[in-house]
Amino acid sequence: MDLLEYQGKQLFARHGVPVPSGKHAKTIEEAVAAAEEIGYPCVVKAQVHIGGRGKAGGIKVAEDRDEAEQHASAILGMQITGPHGEGPFEVHELWIEEASKIDAEYYASIILDRSAKKLLVMLSTMGGMNVEEIADKDPDALVRRHVEPAEGFGPEQAAQIAADAGVDEDARAETAEMLVKLYTAFNELDATLIEVNPLVVTSDRRVVALDSKTTIDNSALYRHEDVAGFEELSAMDPQERMAKEKGLTYVKLDGDIGILANGAGLCMSTLDVVAQAGGDPANFLDAGGGSKADAIVAALEVITSDEKVKAILFNIFGGITRCDEIAKGIIEAAGRIDLGVPLIVRLDGTNSEEGLGLLADATLPDLHIEKTMLGAAAKVVEVASQR
Amino acid sequence: MSIIVGDDAKLVISGLTGREGTFHGLRNRDYGTDVVAGVTPKKGGQDVEGIPVFDTIAEAAAEKGANTSMIFVPARFAAAAINEAIDAGVATVIAITEGIPVHDMIGTYWKARERGVRLIGPNCPGVLSPGKANVGIIPAQFFDPGPIGVVSKSGTLTYQIGNELKQAGQGNSSIVGIGGDPIVGSDFIDVLDLYEADDETEMIVMVGEIGGDAEERAAEHIAASISKPVVAYIAGFTAPPGKQMGHAGAIISGSSGTAEAKKEALEAKGVRVGKSPTETAQIAVEVLGS
Repeated sequence: MDLLEYQGKQLFARHGVPVPSGKHAKTIEEAVAAAEEIGYPCVVKAQVHIGGRGKAGGIKVAEDRDEAEQHASAILGMQITGPHGEGPFEVHELWIEEASKIDAEYYASIILDRSAKKLLVMLSTMGGMNVEEIADKDPDALVRRHVEPAEGFGPEQAAQIAADAGVDEDARAETAEMLVKLYTAFNELDATLIEVNPLVVTSDRRVVALDSKTTIDNSALYRHEDVAGFEELSAMDPQERMAKEKGLTYVKLDGDIGILANGAGLCMSTLDVVAQAGGDPANFLDAGGGSKADAIVAALEVITSDEKVKAILFNIFGGITRCDEIAKGIIEAAGRIDLGVPLIVRLDGTNSEEGLGLLADATLPDLHIEKTMLGAAAKVVEVASQR
Repeated sequence: MSIIVGDDAKLVISGLTGREGTFHGLRNRDYGTDVVAGVTPKKGGQDVEGIPVFDTIAEAAAEKGANTSMIFVPARFAAAAINEAIDAGVATVIAITEGIPVHDMIGTYWKARERGVRLIGPNCPGVLSPGKANVGIIPAQFFDPGPIGVVSKSGTLTYQIGNELKQAGQGNSSIVGIGGDPIVGSDFIDVLDLYEADDETEMIVMVGEIGGDAEERAAEHIAASISKPVVAYIAGFTAPPGKQMGHAGAIISGSSGTAEAKKEALEAKGVRVGKSPTETAQIAVEVLGS
């Protein structure tokens, strides 16, 4: 789960990491009230789940009440696209923060390094730009240190990193202390990423986390009720919100062909073969082993609530789940909801003959049956293009 | 031969008394796997259709000579169960459980490595060696004995490819699901090495997906150390960055972990990559025949 900047900073503060004081706002009025309370100059910051906000105009300094109002009204509702094409995300929330007088900008992060199976701590005095840029510009300017599981990460390791990165001598102790606190927070929060960019040295030589990009392991949310409470269903895409409420694994995409498959790998593969057939998938939805009519109805309801969807491909390879059970689920689901769009079903695997027979006998309107995955992909693209 | 599980596997199942554990445990026994014990704390002395249940894996290992452990316990207790299996001295631990916190797995991963225990998974469908043993949830009917070793991050996608190989008259030495989590006990390279050393395996089909760089590292490893032909498939070309596609590990972070990068890395080392599961199976059959 990706946290917004202000959510990450609130958690930082609870773990003793110094952050500027600020207030959360969801309307222009709230933003102005927050600015008045904090005083000027203050910074109006768009709260979205991606980097590159500053370049997109999502971070502005306000010198007075009028500017605070102007910036808040400009930024709320703004569409921001991430540096790697993520989004666009609409800005629903702001963080109003006291402006910091900055002497130096650093970069600090802790990540779970999947290949090394260790945590990786990184520090650079070239803050403010993204880590790929730092690595490109001057690889030596980025200090990377794995945490040995048996050894851990304490003041000694942190001081060494701060020295190796060339942190100003008078800020070294505080920077090292910050790294240790971030590391402690990382473990206590079950984080998989904490990035502070920039980590700043203020003109009065304090070390402060000016930004936060934090990701918490979804599998560990059960032991972090405070973090789970951050989930803003209202800020989510309507289909993603609906899927979440129904407990489905769904990802919204841009296209017009609804996709339902069993298993994450097969579902990704289904998106790919539909794209290869010239189609444009509208979503990822892993039905899991869901053969029950309830689960199929729920999935189809989420998919068809996206008005762009012109046709749906239901790609099943029955393993433990039997195709005849799935066919019964589809038939019952078809009786309970009106899809309004054609449904292409590919059933293969355990008891596929029985399943296909049941579907053929049911003679459901606008239901097309295919035996192979590639055949089904071609069919759904053809059917969608005719609508 | 086969890899990881074979005729000599003596299996102890943690979580045998749960609904899923019982269902799959009995399926594994029906297939011919030597299921010697189950483990559920406070249920020692009971049995599941004749399979004796113990309180601890250590007792099961001592009394029944278990050498392989399968973990079927709920996610929040699963890392502790894997640790218990490692401490009990079994040689191989296969963890099916999905949703284990990744911080729990870091310690468990290193514990397994230090003790020399082979850990497969978590969040995997298990290992099937056709005609010998099935440990996990892989539906065995799609796989016949044969010369193709399969290693995969995904379950259903593997069944899809296995079924196409079977229809083409081909079979498998083993099918290994390594799991879709960010940290898994064995990576592609670990399993590739086992297939390289296995007499029965003539070629390898590797099924990857977006996220991490296990496929890229495998490409390097294949070029350096694997003499048998490898054919690959990668899922997730249409996945957008920053979105978790079902599996906890299936996420493109920034510009890293894309399907395109994995395909290019593999092809740069001479590994043929199929566009679809169907084409991958066709290439495998063609490579085997040549």
